[in-house]
Amino acid sequence: MEQLAIILMDGLVYASWLFLISAGLTLIYGVLRILNLAHGSLYALGAYAAASAVLFYFDRGLWPPGSYVALLGAALIIGIVAGPLIERGLLRWIYGRDPVYQLLATYALFLILEDGMKLVWGVNPYYAYRPYGLLGTVQLGGIPYPGYSILLIGVALLAGGGLSLFIRFTRIGRLVVAIIHDPEISVALGANVSRLFLLTFTLGTILAALGGAFTAPMISVVPGLSVEVIVLAFAVVVIGGLGSLEGSVIGALLVGVVRSLMVHRIPELELFAIYLVMALVLLFRPQGLFAIEEVRRV
Amino acid sequence: MKLHRLGGLILIVLFVGLGLLLPGWSRFLLTLALARGLLVLGVVLLMQAGLVSFGHGLFFAAGAYAVGFAVRDLGVRDAFLVAILGAGAGLGIALCIGPLLARYRGIFFAMLTLAFSMILYGILVKAYRITGGTDGLRIAPPAFLGWSSPEEHLGSVLYLFTLAATAGMVFLVFQYLRSPLGYTMRAIRDNEVRVEYLGLSVSRALYLAILLVGAMGGLGGALNAMSVGHVDPNLVYWTTSGEFVFVALLGGTGSVFAPLVGSIVFEFLRTYAYKYIPYTWQMGLGLIMLAILGFAPGGLWTLYELIARRMSGWTWSWKRGA
Repeated sequence: MEQLAIILMDGLVYASWLFLISAGLTLIYGVLRILNLAHGSLYALGAYAAASAVLFYFDRGLWPPGSYVALLGAALIIGIVAGPLIERGLLRWIYGRDPVYQLLATYALFLILEDGMKLVWGVNPYYAYRPYGLLGTVQLGGIPYPGYSILLIGVALLAGGGLSLFIRFTRIGRLVVAIIHDPEISVALGANVSRLFLLTFTLGTILAALGGAFTAPMISVVPGLSVEVIVLAFAVVVIGGLGSLEGSVIGALLVGVVRSLMVHRIPELELFAIYLVMALVLLFRPQGLFAIEEVRRV
Repeated sequence: MKLHRLGGLILIVLFVGLGLLLPGWSRFLLTLALARGLLVLGVVLLMQAGLVSFGHGLFFAAGAYAVGFAVRDLGVRDAFLVAILGAGAGLGIALCIGPLLARYRGIFFAMLTLAFSMILYGILVKAYRITGGTDGLRIAPPAFLGWSSPEEHLGSVLYLFTLAATAGMVFLVFQYLRSPLGYTMRAIRDNEVRVEYLGLSVSRALYLAILLVGAMGGLGGALNAMSVGHVDPNLVYWTTSGEFVFVALLGGTGSVFAPLVGSIVFEFLRTYAYKYIPYTWQMGLGLIMLAILGFAPGGLWTLYELIARRMSGWTWSWKRGA
């Protein structure tokens, strides 16, 4: 029983992380119809910015719990600066092109960002672990659990909740949903597509950077972070269905729990958990669990 | 895709001459470029059907590790046998994952191939008792039908061997593209539904293409491994696969030779880039890639075609004037 609780808890924590990295990817795909291979780089950008922000914050000797604000601030700044820059500078030229072409263009962006980060932050690891230690451990029904993991769940819940409120109850949010479901009709009805694309991409970038920023205290921030993230995020998004936000929640939970089950029971297979889930889902529902049906054009 | 018999012959003679005249380091680069060119050729072949493989390292590593295991565990050192084993390993993997891959298009195909290659990467790193982990395996220099080349000539012999294998594969691919199956590939890219209406099986055509590409990739991996004398999991890391896609784009899809030209240019480009811009090398790649996508979607081959058209235009007007 106790072990089951731990497995579920670990699964939930991992799922929160997966949700943060995949929500932006699926949102961007849903609206812009571009699979952003550089999404992992945006995540890494968030992690680097957050690590620098936290180190800077503690160097000033400020009130330690305020460092969480520094994490959040770093993610927002990255999102608001890098998002529009990339959308206006590159993506806007490739809308509506062949998917293969778009994939290659975002791959080029990935290569550029990867070295760009090395130029700015160097190749040595950054350790911004202080915010992790601050929360200590929490007793969950007699089991000690790192408090920071609980915070991560909270961040994911807030991000997911905020996103769904935004989409459901604001005018812009509803326009986003309309575009996801039928871009042509939305445009015909007068939706300002170029502004919505800019906004969505910025939002997606903020989400990716947020994921990176709140992961930074748990890891050593080194070059190469982005590679793993894009593959995992894509797997989650495919399981849920490309372009579906609910799908990415379900996909993240599914993968999170399966992975933590494997970590505790069959650790040799941990690496393959996510691919196993993906392969199974794709075999029986190739479009993903919550995908929007595409019309075959003759 | 065009291939002139005479042109092909001249090219082969040229390459043999080049290999024997060039200094050792550039002959080595040329060998690697030819071996890797087979992988790029595979990427280009799939691009004909509108599919981008971001996991081509899968076949590359399969072939290379097949050589590693054959040399270490089976004691097989013969280059011909080892090359066949490498191609067989690539074919084997393609046999297994082909039916699944053939069902997907566009980004799904790209990301699935990527996922498969990352799985193999995980296995190679984790199973260090068998695969040597990130250290990889060392490969003893091969023998050729019982004849061991003296060390100072090994580079040249391996170069000629690689050249022969590559030329054979290029010819095979050329024949394939001229066959009905090859035309089906391009038809699939244009309109898959109509191809099905014509009574052709799209998934079967793609499966066969994946098999060919897999075997060719395995062969390329084996050739590469023999020349380098070492294999490690980086062969299947996704940046390696990304490089193949980059070279495919660089060379262009205009001819079966374009991937080889792209591959050779890339190998030399990389060597000099490591020397002059070691830290911003990937950024340079990204920028070049964007430039190609934006201004020359046909890759380097467009350049050749431009010149060829100019030249033929020139002779034509000259004849008319006379």
